[in-house]
Amino acid sequence: MEAGALAVRRDRNTSERFADLVNRLNTLPYIVKAGAGIVLLDLVLLIADRFPDGGGEWLLFALIFAATIAALVPFEGRAVPIAAIVLVNVAATLILLHSLHDVAQRGINGLSLGSIYALAGVGLTLVYGILKLVNFAHGDFLAFGAYMAYIVNVTWGGPLILGILLAIVATAALGIALEKGMFAPMRRKGAGVLQLLLMTLALGFVIRYTIQFIWSTELRQLDVNRSAAVELPGDLRIGRISLIIVIVGIVTLVATGLMLRLTMLGKQMRALSDNIDLAETSGINTSRVILYTWIFAAGLAGLAGVFYGASTQLQPEMGFELLLPIFAAVVLGGIGNAFGALTAGLVLGVVIEWSTLFMASGLKFVVGFAILIIVLVIRPEGIFGRARTV
Amino acid sequence: MTELLPLVPVGVTFDAFTDIDFWISVGILAGIYTIFALGLQLNVGFTGIQNFGQVGFMAIAAYSMAILTTTPDGGEGINFWISLPLSVLITIGFALLVGLPSLRLRADYFAIATIALAESVRLIALNARGLTNGAQGIFGFDRSWDDFTDGIRDFIVDIGWTDVPNIFPLFLVTWVLAIGLTIALSRMQRTPWGRVLRAIREDEDAARALGKNAFSYKLQSLALSATLAAIAGFLFVINIKFVVPDSFLPIVTFTGYAVLILGGLANYWGVAVGSIILWTILEGLRFMDLPLEETQIAALRFILLNLTLILLLAFRPQGILGKREEMVLGE
Repeated sequence: MEAGALAVRRDRNTSERFADLVNRLNTLPYIVKAGAGIVLLDLVLLIADRFPDGGGEWLLFALIFAATIAALVPFEGRAVPIAAIVLVNVAATLILLHSLHDVAQRGINGLSLGSIYALAGVGLTLVYGILKLVNFAHGDFLAFGAYMAYIVNVTWGGPLILGILLAIVATAALGIALEKGMFAPMRRKGAGVLQLLLMTLALGFVIRYTIQFIWSTELRQLDVNRSAAVELPGDLRIGRISLIIVIVGIVTLVATGLMLRLTMLGKQMRALSDNIDLAETSGINTSRVILYTWIFAAGLAGLAGVFYGASTQLQPEMGFELLLPIFAAVVLGGIGNAFGALTAGLVLGVVIEWSTLFMASGLKFVVGFAILIIVLVIRPEGIFGRARTV
Repeated sequence: MTELLPLVPVGVTFDAFTDIDFWISVGILAGIYTIFALGLQLNVGFTGIQNFGQVGFMAIAAYSMAILTTTPDGGEGINFWISLPLSVLITIGFALLVGLPSLRLRADYFAIATIALAESVRLIALNARGLTNGAQGIFGFDRSWDDFTDGIRDFIVDIGWTDVPNIFPLFLVTWVLAIGLTIALSRMQRTPWGRVLRAIREDEDAARALGKNAFSYKLQSLALSATLAAIAGFLFVINIKFVVPDSFLPIVTFTGYAVLILGGLANYWGVAVGSIILWTILEGLRFMDLPLEETQIAALRFILLNLTLILLLAFRPQGILGKREEMVLGE
């Protein structure tokens, strides 16, 4: 007994120092923590980009810093305003170091990628929220959709809009088939989290290599005019395809939001996401709602996949490349929270594109991963999430 | 992964089944993946940490070793044999850095965070050209190793096997390490330390209530797993003779998980069995005599492998050697 107690004591003394340190840091006043966070963020930004040049720039930088701290004061414990202020701080600092035009232009470039993340993220987060299933094959749903559009648009030479329709329908059908053939039976067997996670991983590979089997690893392109651009006021421009993606994306996302808020199906989906057992006992036909969730999630993934294919190229690996940024959007928005994923997807697209102002574009996804990891560490429930879901 | 082996013409049917060089190279891969997946077994099977970033540790170790032993202008850096323990230390340091903040996360969040970290390592290696030589990679780090294996070869020739293949010494070293590490880990699992890990896997709160510092044990498990990834990483880059970012794609970690599923969770000997089965089937399927393009054959191998994994996960989640009662994860 004595020895055991001693062992426990030693155990604590040698290795819970880090936990103690974290706890002690956590008890610091809010404004000290927020200030330290902003100092750290600005420091990283200045080192990665450049330091202000001359007294005028330093003065402006100091003003931005002071304004950020002042703005943060009233928002203790409220993640959404804090995140918004941090975002404005980054934008203002970048405008100071570069120019309003450059920051705005990159931001516009990022909106189309952000819409794609948002469209894909909503589905991923809903499936997670309702089924507690981390679907590692979701990225490959996007690739599947893109290749379906390729069949119509290139192989058959049809218009892209028909390709988009086929992509949505076919990917939704894939979702139904997988729910009926794989996920529903596994749920009945009471499969564990790891078991299902690995199954979706293997499923992703099956989709990816089936695409490779049929279309090879060759880069392919949809039949769209990629160079056409639209002039915007203030000497800004946006690619025609990007503009269509942003408009269709935002309309779809608003419709999704309204559907979740206002329709019976949307309310039922949110009820299942809150508590599936309670939803079942209160008379909701859960298997029907789950099926609709898959149709909805996979359909949006198909649409997002065509958008991504239209703005870049098609290749079998495209789904996996998109998966991690989509996860980042989902986590940032609070896993299981559809509205969060929408906003976070758009913001992430813009921030990733901003990072190309001062970093090699090959590293821009690292910025996305860094945001993902920082959010996971300091606020795993996400910006819009509730602590309960973690 | 498909690029790692010497190219064997597709459609040679059964001739190559008797080609000893080919099967030795498959054996090397199987041995490297055994060591790599032993770390995953320790984390996933015995501690309940869903580490999906194992390839990141492998990359850190391989790059540390290559950067330490060479200079940018093609000269020699520090001694190869000294660089190995140094690289292991760097990798452990990285694992602790990763584990300290992220091991507090729930299992699925930890999985996502570790994949993202491993991908960040690869993308940084691809873009930090000054340090890593970008996509061209680093080579010329293995001269001391070649001297060492020449010694082993001469010894074997002296014993009487005169036409010993060039790659046989690497095969020998890989499997001596793989079996030695398997025995060592099996032993450790039976110590009080190993039992605490399993207690954490079963019920972390109960282990903590007994006064065990679960977080510290998980951190140790992760650091040990990173060490195993480092050893696998050294052998991996020695085998292909250069270090490039493309060797460290997430698929390497996922292949490690395939080895775990095939061999069975919570069984160290199952790892070697799973790895041998995986690589024999995967490479044996190269000889399918089908009227298909090479990329189609490659794709078909992975489709079949992953369908097998799905069926195995659905109907026999404990794998070939695993015990069903050990498969408690995620419940």
